[in-house]
Amino acid sequence: MSGILSIMLIVPLAAALACLFVNANQARWIALGATLIDLALGGVLWANFEIGGPQWQFVEYTPVFGRFAWALGIDGFALLLILLSVFLMPICIGASWEAITERVPEYMAAFLITEVLMIGTFAAQDIFLFYMFFEAGLIPMFLIIGIWGGANRIYASYKFFLYTLLGSLLMLIAMMYMSITAGTTSIPELMAYDFPPQVQTWLWLAFFASFAVKMPMWPVHTWLPDAHVQAPTAGSVILAGVLLKLGGYGFLRFSLPMFPEASAQLIWLVFGLSCIAVVVTSLIALVQSDMKKLIAYSSVAHMAIVTIGLFTFNRQGIEGAMMVMLGHGLVSGALFLCVGVIYDRLHTREISRYGGLAVNMPKYAVLFLLFTMASVGLPGTSNFVGEFLALMGAYQVSTWATLIATTGIILGAAYMLYLYRRVVFGDLVKDDVKAMPDLSKREMALLAPLAAVTLWMGVYPESFLAPMRNDVATLLARLERAKPAGDSLLTPGNPVAPAAHAQTADHGAAH
Amino acid sequence: MDYAANLAMVLPEIVLSLGGLVLLMVSAWGGRSVSRGVSWVSVAVLMGAGIALIGPASAGGIAFDGLYNADLFAAFAKVLIFFAAAVSIVIAPRFFARTSGEDLRPEYPVLVLFSTAGMGMMVSANDLLTLYVGLELQSLSAYVLASFMRRDVRSAEAGLKYFILGSLASGILLYGISLVYGFSGTTIFGDIATAYAGAEGSTKIGLLFGLVFVFAGLAFKMSAVPFHMWTPDVYEGAPTPVTAFFASAPKVAALALSVRVAIEAMGPATGDWRQIVIFAALASIVLGAVAAINQQNIKRLLAYSSINNVGFALIGLAAGTAEGVAGVLTYMTIYIVMTLGSFLVVLQMRDEHGQPVETIASLSGLSRRRPALAAALAIFMFSLAGIPPLFGFWAKFAVFEAAVKADLVALAAIGIAASTIGAYYYLKIVKTMYFDAPAPAYGKSDSALEGGLIAAAALFVSPLGYLLIPVLGAWSLAAARTLF
Repeated sequence: MSGILSIMLIVPLAAALACLFVNANQARWIALGATLIDLALGGVLWANFEIGGPQWQFVEYTPVFGRFAWALGIDGFALLLILLSVFLMPICIGASWEAITERVPEYMAAFLITEVLMIGTFAAQDIFLFYMFFEAGLIPMFLIIGIWGGANRIYASYKFFLYTLLGSLLMLIAMMYMSITAGTTSIPELMAYDFPPQVQTWLWLAFFASFAVKMPMWPVHTWLPDAHVQAPTAGSVILAGVLLKLGGYGFLRFSLPMFPEASAQLIWLVFGLSCIAVVVTSLIALVQSDMKKLIAYSSVAHMAIVTIGLFTFNRQGIEGAMMVMLGHGLVSGALFLCVGVIYDRLHTREISRYGGLAVNMPKYAVLFLLFTMASVGLPGTSNFVGEFLALMGAYQVSTWATLIATTGIILGAAYMLYLYRRVVFGDLVKDDVKAMPDLSKREMALLAPLAAVTLWMGVYPESFLAPMRNDVATLLARLERAKPAGDSLLTPGNPVAPAAHAQTADHGAAH
Repeated sequence: MDYAANLAMVLPEIVLSLGGLVLLMVSAWGGRSVSRGVSWVSVAVLMGAGIALIGPASAGGIAFDGLYNADLFAAFAKVLIFFAAAVSIVIAPRFFARTSGEDLRPEYPVLVLFSTAGMGMMVSANDLLTLYVGLELQSLSAYVLASFMRRDVRSAEAGLKYFILGSLASGILLYGISLVYGFSGTTIFGDIATAYAGAEGSTKIGLLFGLVFVFAGLAFKMSAVPFHMWTPDVYEGAPTPVTAFFASAPKVAALALSVRVAIEAMGPATGDWRQIVIFAALASIVLGAVAAINQQNIKRLLAYSSINNVGFALIGLAAGTAEGVAGVLTYMTIYIVMTLGSFLVVLQMRDEHGQPVETIASLSGLSRRRPALAAALAIFMFSLAGIPPLFGFWAKFAVFEAAVKADLVALAAIGIAASTIGAYYYLKIVKTMYFDAPAPAYGKSDSALEGGLIAAAALFVSPLGYLLIPVLGAWSLAAARTLF
């Protein structure tokens, strides 16, 4: 099966090049075909991923670049995130089918290139190869936002590009230092290399500068609302669905295993920023009048729960963080699609322009409700599993942080339900809103799979937890030596209960 | 060592000089009608000089009792210089024919050849006087080239400015050379290094002053801040093929020369010149980036971009190690391709009468009218900004890694953070081409050769370029090692 990762990169790349030489309609079909092939390959990847097998699977190594190598390979974390990417990609292409009418070939090419770079980022096993994929993603996203975006697209595209570039460059210097000190560019080898604790702090901060911007964490999140609002629907889906996960993946792949001591030392920074983010961005979301902006701010709040979960140093926290990332990828993507559906009809994102959609768009209302509830974290949906686990993990480390972060769930319910009420409920009074038709077959085909997977993750999360279980254990073993003491001071369990049980058993025997 | 062996080592310069002299005669008698022929023969001469590098000219070592050094480092720089010079010759005839309405004068390729011979001497200099003679030969030809469009006021202004400021810089350099000679008693690099290593007391101070003046003069030649003022005016005023030449070949020569002087002649004083180089590097990066932001003229913008790029290349020199020097060579290799590519695109910018258009605004919406051209320029711009996966990223990587290896982590961090400012104006070009509404169309492209060169440059800068890293890395390192 080796080579499948390269094939997954080559297919969309070849399709992207092909797109540039054909007309609009052919480009659409080529893009759809290529992303579906990649989805199928993703399925093959999942089916052949040996749970409990070696940590790195589907490994490829070709030292063609001299200083660094074409080294690919995935573990459970990468597998899940690659699956998320290939799953969302055909949906993005479908979402742009009718909405994008200008310069379609270039648009499709940009999306396919984005897919290549995302898969590459998750699959890279060489630190510089990772950096190249990680950073190169800026170019197609810059073009997507700038060419096909809304009114204020140019400002948004610049902000997105320069903000994230500045963050990443410091990380590059740190990577150079690491590869020189450790004498290797291989990520698995670096994950096992122990840097001296005082150096770790600097390296950690350099990586943090990059990942915090990508994540995005408060206070460097301000590029996200602009980018989201101005990007075309599919651009927002891919931004929220996958690109935001690069930050979390970075913490998981670099910051935690490579700098355990620094991670433990700076846990206050992560928790502090995350707690502020949860509360502040949720409150900001509450007062938004633009739907996309509201969802963008909610993304920042959800990502803050991810960072809290990642830095708990325990199984529940890390697994929860991963589940939130996956769940948020699906749900926020779906929510952006829901916004896109009505935006395509009325060409406004103003919440107050809508109302009463439940009457004339019942199918839409149901699906939108499902995703709203999932975003709130209703049990039975994907986000519940993740948020619950992440907060449970956090409780073992910091009860205060957990307390504050949990308010985010309440506030989340507030802003999401408020949004839903204003858009879908109420009286259907506006004439142009009355004229809006319900979901077309294409739109159903886009939203239905997302709904199905959201429920699947909520009802049977084991499918998604299983591939990463061993990797979490490996990570925890690595972190063990630096694990911070929690403030909840657990005491050994009271052994009364088993005794009582034994007594009952005796009673039963006596009778 | 006998004369034949010495002459074998300077064979490339001999080829260039003789070729230049013969072609000068041809053009003196042939007039304008022979200019295309002379151009092609000049390219052949440059290729011949490149071939002449094989053998003793690249591996011979010291020639003429220490005046001249034919090592691999010089050969590496010469390959780049010859290549850039050849491209500048090839692109010229059409430009001049279109712009001035009359054919190119055949002196153009001849002057480029003489300038190239001077650059060959610069990078091979092992003695301060060889250095100076080479530098002047290069500069004098360059002054004439800058004002080659005699009837154009801007071109004449560019030539005059370049000449006056260039002479001033030569004076400063010569003054530095005289100080170094006065306090060390020699002009040969190796002996100067010995003098620096053993200097004490007032001799040390004297040598230090010499070092400062020499570096000031060299900074002018490679247009590093604070001696960059001439660059935007000269680049804007000079005819575009000449600007392309200035931005590529002489830059390589000046940087290679500075590297050799810094390492071979003043190596023991690394701590002293490192401060100068670090300042010049950071100042060039920042000023080159900030000053470019508001430029409306693409050639001025590229002038600031070249200042900015020299700053990055100097980071490799600041490291002062073999890796650092290899980084400089890698940087310059990739840089000249990006720059020549960009100027080739600038050559395509002309209205329907064939007159050149230089405003950035005229690029608006180019992606719709000329998608391939816009894509090529976007590739060059992203590459100059150092965004992976384009090859320009690797250039920056090489120098910054050398700096990190030499424990200059703070310098690397500041330098790389400042490169974000530069990214802004490169993005502005991309934005103009891709996001803005179309401006009036350019005239049709009429040269398959230029198109082919642009495509080749874009391909080199594209991710495919990474496959060259093993070769490029090994050669540049081998070249750099010869200095240590």
